[in-house]
Amino acid sequence: MHWNVIANNLTYFLIGAYPHGELGGLAMTILMALGGIFGAFWLGLVFGLMRLSKKRWLNLPALVYIEIIRGTPLLMLIFWFYFLAPVLWGRSLPGHQSALISLIVFTSAYIAEIVRAGVLALPKGQMEAARGTGLSRMRAMRHVILPQALFNMIPSFVNQFVSLTKDTSLAFIIGVNELTKAATQVNNRTMDAPTEIYITIALLYFVICYVLTSLSRRLEKKIMRYQARQR
Amino acid sequence: MAYTFDWKLVLSGEYGDWIVQGLTITLKISALAIFFSLVLGTLIAVLRLTRIKPLVWFSAAFTEFFRNTPLLVQIFFWYFGSYSILPEFVNKWLYRQDFEFAAGVIALTVYTSAFIAEDIRSGIFAIPKTQIEASRATGLSFLQSMRFVILPQAFRIIIPPLISQFLNVVKNSSLVMTIGVMDLTYMTRQIESYTFHGFEAFTVATLIYLAISLVVSLSVNIYNKRVLKLIPY
Repeated sequence: MHWNVIANNLTYFLIGAYPHGELGGLAMTILMALGGIFGAFWLGLVFGLMRLSKKRWLNLPALVYIEIIRGTPLLMLIFWFYFLAPVLWGRSLPGHQSALISLIVFTSAYIAEIVRAGVLALPKGQMEAARGTGLSRMRAMRHVILPQALFNMIPSFVNQFVSLTKDTSLAFIIGVNELTKAATQVNNRTMDAPTEIYITIALLYFVICYVLTSLSRRLEKKIMRYQARQR
Repeated sequence: MAYTFDWKLVLSGEYGDWIVQGLTITLKISALAIFFSLVLGTLIAVLRLTRIKPLVWFSAAFTEFFRNTPLLVQIFFWYFGSYSILPEFVNKWLYRQDFEFAAGVIALTVYTSAFIAEDIRSGIFAIPKTQIEASRATGLSFLQSMRFVILPQAFRIIIPPLISQFLNVVKNSSLVMTIGVMDLTYMTRQIESYTFHGFEAFTVATLIYLAISLVVSLSVNIYNKRVLKLIPY
């Protein structure tokens, strides 16, 4: 086995060529995942609320958007944004930007479904009581329903973040410098340690995702206990 | 520069054939992965429920590890890095096959079976404990009561989540293009680079993926409405 390959390239796997060159490796993966979840949260919230609306012209586009995105492979979406940006906007986007846009668009459809499920899971009395005090539907959503629903959704968001972290590996296909790309580069350069390299990379992803998954399980238990106390 | 659409180009002739060939590979690799992951997933789920500690640990480690690493990395691992950990005769056998295809099937199977194992486990937990107690009391062994009493009931409950897992397999199978399996996504990329008519090729492929997803998920919705409410718990 050639574990020295890993030892020699560990900083490259973690931060890329950073101080002297481009940021890459695990740091880039985490940055893309954070940027992705931030964008996807707001976009997903909008589409989730549109989907919940009773107005046809609001919920129909949201339904179509969610179903199309969820029925398409992420890779296809990445190609759409990567190859068609020049056709649509007349100039090409750098790889990491178009990958980030695809990740945001892709994840937002799943977030929208989480938001919808979270709002529908609240007791109906909450909305009725809020409307009864004279709040408009929008304000009832904003001040009564969403604060409760979003709190209950935290574990689902964390799970979605875990999927997103795994999905950032696809950005490698259009040449973004992240962890999977770093692995491929080192593998192409050294040639003799693919097993060690890919096991290391898998472990790096695993540590992040597993910590977050465990966190989400613990949160879920806590939130369930909290809800039980309220009833 | 104005972009002129040429739908005929991708829908007929050589490029049309490419799309059909790609779709065939996509369906073939998905079907194999679904079949094997169902078998492996059930096995892993049942291991978790035995009271034998090493088996339980193995099953837990398997599901956690493969669920929490990206499929793409797993594909690369099986394609580039599996030769040094697999026994010699397995390697020889694999190289005699279409190795890209085999690595793709293995990666998809292992990845999906971790998810399927979790679905099956939660399905089994949804069956009241008294069921297994009663079947054990009638004299069935653990395996027999699993086989004849618990699993048949659990499978009915988990059909919807299982099918959405299967859909994920079809979508995830697009990643095998990275190791050179000529699936639908690979073929669209190919058409794009041969003809510069990526727009049409991507549209056709996206519509095919969408059609598969929508048809299957519509049937699941119907199943949910018609059949699931007939099950008492």
